[in-house]
Amino acid sequence: MQVMETETTYQGSPATREEVAAGWRTVLPACVAVVPLGLALGVLVVQSGLDWWWAPVFGAVVFAGSMEFLLVGLVAAAAPLAQIAVSTLLVNFRHVFYAISFPMHRIQGRGWRAYSTFALTDEAYALTATPEAAGWSRTRIVGIQAFFHLAWVLCVAAGAGLGSLIPPQVVGLDFAVTALFVVLGIEAYKVRRSVPVSALALGCALVAALVSRDNMLLIAMGMFCAALVCSYVLAVRRSSRG
Amino acid sequence: MADHWYVLSAVLVSAAVTWTLRAAPFAMLAPLRHSALLAYIGDRMPVGVMVILAAYTLRETDPVVLTSVGPAALALAITIGLHLWRGSMTLSIFAGTAAYVLVVSVIAA
Repeated sequence: MQVMETETTYQGSPATREEVAAGWRTVLPACVAVVPLGLALGVLVVQSGLDWWWAPVFGAVVFAGSMEFLLVGLVAAAAPLAQIAVSTLLVNFRHVFYAISFPMHRIQGRGWRAYSTFALTDEAYALTATPEAAGWSRTRIVGIQAFFHLAWVLCVAAGAGLGSLIPPQVVGLDFAVTALFVVLGIEAYKVRRSVPVSALALGCALVAALVSRDNMLLIAMGMFCAALVCSYVLAVRRSSRG
Repeated sequence: MADHWYVLSAVLVSAAVTWTLRAAPFAMLAPLRHSALLAYIGDRMPVGVMVILAAYTLRETDPVVLTSVGPAALALAITIGLHLWRGSMTLSIFAGTAAYVLVVSVIAA
């Protein structure tokens, strides 16, 4: 709720304030959904022996949920920096696909673009992967990203502060991330009602999980994109023939 | 442990790779913005990516162990059912997660 306070002190035009408020309404469910995960990351940082303030630093600077969890483990094991670089490359490789539909054309100005690419998380991509988002203002899009960034850092810091207060008997909070992606998937399906595309993605995910669970994301995303390219080529051929 | 310079380097390396992955494609995509292929892929990607990410978060679920797949299936049914019924993201996520935490914690206890 601290986020709301910064909003009331914002000295913009009414139109700008309305855009910020619209961004806030769009991003709120995602902020709520990552609360358990942020708390869990904060707890993990403290439990792995790092000073508590590293938790918000991880959250603010790396700002890539699943990679941050992995990074805590790598740092605790004193992994070489090269291994950290390669792990990041594999875990976060999916982000190269997000450029295809993210409405970057709405974001003018070097600094804004720099921040917007920096904060292009799974959630930021998912929330702007709708046709309406292609017409949203820079204020609204960057607002969504900044609110999510702030919410994430606050949750991670709170988790580190709570430390071991969450009883170890309470497990499974990370399901919130699954639920978030499922719900966002349903919303995306409402836009593009394609059973074959959904089934293809699920198939890619299952095959990738069987091939290598550790590299599942990269393999599934690569297969899915390759399959889409193939189906595009076939569609073009069919239409040129018919 | 905690050699601060090492941890800081690790954070900066990870952040630099992540930022590069997020920013570099835009430089290469700019001339291709009006490509029919990218429009075709971009149109179909969101739903597929969400399915893959959701499946990825469930990768430690063992499909042949009832105590592993059971809670996940129940929580997924609650999340999806509630979302189709009420259409509220916050409600669907909260209820599904609460059900999962409850069942898994009881099983683990």
